[in-house]
Amino acid sequence: MSKRVLADNIKWLIGSTLILFLLGCSSESSRKDRIEVDASEISSQELAKEGIQTARQIFYSLPSPLETAMILKRSGAQYNEELLNPVDNASKYTTNKSMALNLGIYSTDLSYASLFDQTQASIKYMAVSKRMAEGLGILNAIDNTIVQRLEENVNNREAIMDIISESLLNTSSILEEDDRVAIGSVILVGGWIEGLYIATSLVDDVKQADNELVDRIIDQKLSLSTVVNLLEQHKDNSDVNEVLGDIKALAAVYEKIQISFSGVEAVEQEGQTTVLRSKNVVSVNPTVFNELRNKVASIRTKYIM
Amino acid sequence: MRSLAFILIFTGVVVFSSNNANAQCKNFAKRVCRLELSPFIHDGNYNAAILTEGEDAELFKTFYAGQEYRIAVCGSESLPKVEFKVMDVERRVLFTNASKDYVPFWDFKVEATQQLIIMVKVLDNPGGSDPDMLASGCVAIMFGLKAN
Repeated sequence: MSKRVLADNIKWLIGSTLILFLLGCSSESSRKDRIEVDASEISSQELAKEGIQTARQIFYSLPSPLETAMILKRSGAQYNEELLNPVDNASKYTTNKSMALNLGIYSTDLSYASLFDQTQASIKYMAVSKRMAEGLGILNAIDNTIVQRLEENVNNREAIMDIISESLLNTSSILEEDDRVAIGSVILVGGWIEGLYIATSLVDDVKQADNELVDRIIDQKLSLSTVVNLLEQHKDNSDVNEVLGDIKALAAVYEKIQISFSGVEAVEQEGQTTVLRSKNVVSVNPTVFNELRNKVASIRTKYIM
Repeated sequence: MRSLAFILIFTGVVVFSSNNANAQCKNFAKRVCRLELSPFIHDGNYNAAILTEGEDAELFKTFYAGQEYRIAVCGSESLPKVEFKVMDVERRVLFTNASKDYVPFWDFKVEATQQLIIMVKVLDNPGGSDPDMLASGCVAIMFGLKAN
């Protein structure tokens, strides 16, 4: 290639890069780009509307490990360290799927231990969560300063919760930034299954009236549809597809539990938090509850290996 | 050769600008929107997207009985006002910030566990600084939990 041709190509490359860079940096798009449809073209307008609705961004938000742990505590759950996934298991997790599932599982264990002021367990589970995050290549999600702050605040529960929340946000936002949302959904499902496992393991008597823990376990039927929708969005990923199979098997058990809903009414009171009034009527028999408990345990056993 | 170079550069620029926008959105959510949740504790989930004037997005989430929540919906400075509505599964509106001067957060609790839909919409702003251009920017939806 002659020097002149090479120089021309370099100039052309620099020129196109600059133009595209400037186009890429623009945060505005032209108002004129919008399709304007007059009243006589109503069918086209409807089609355009349908297009907009299809393109609308949809988010499915699962309870985070921190929310799961708070729900457990609020429902009267007790702390039982034997239910947690032992940190020694961490060396078994070498694939992306197992690390993602167990990052979620360990994050729920960490949140659960922290809410019950289990300082040594909290430090241990933060360290193992860091190890899983690093294994997934999310190097800065849980850095040394987070671990250090946790150690310095072992007696301040609110500060610890804030630190856990920050590490969860780092993990999910880095995955989103790196276009690895699918793996983020597997982490969330791991955390959700662990919460369900702890809750179902702590129920002694399903027939006991007003058992809030049982109510919250049944309520997970509502989150289950969110879990399925979240995973369906990424089912072309083989790891997600495998997890989706497990969740559908769990959904088949939840189908045997009936929940009926009344309408929701927002009641606003001066100077007080708005209450959304409604009533759920739930029907579950002990056989189905035990089936649910066994199904959750078998999925969780498969995940922790 | 030029076509190949063009494709490579175009792909590179698209990936770069998309990553850059995502990074800005992440920083906005962490440094601006998360503060709106105080004194509630952020649940740790990240829900944010780049939206343009007139665009909307929806989020589905289950809210648990007895827990007190704060929803914060924040739009970056480049955007006009952001409206958010909280609806039940039959899409009946339970709250809209349009009736509260577009306040960026709402506190509530549910008597019984409910799945709710949060709809966010970036309002049109035909009187913006450049009437021919549509503004776009980051919109974050974050949830706070009241400590037990």
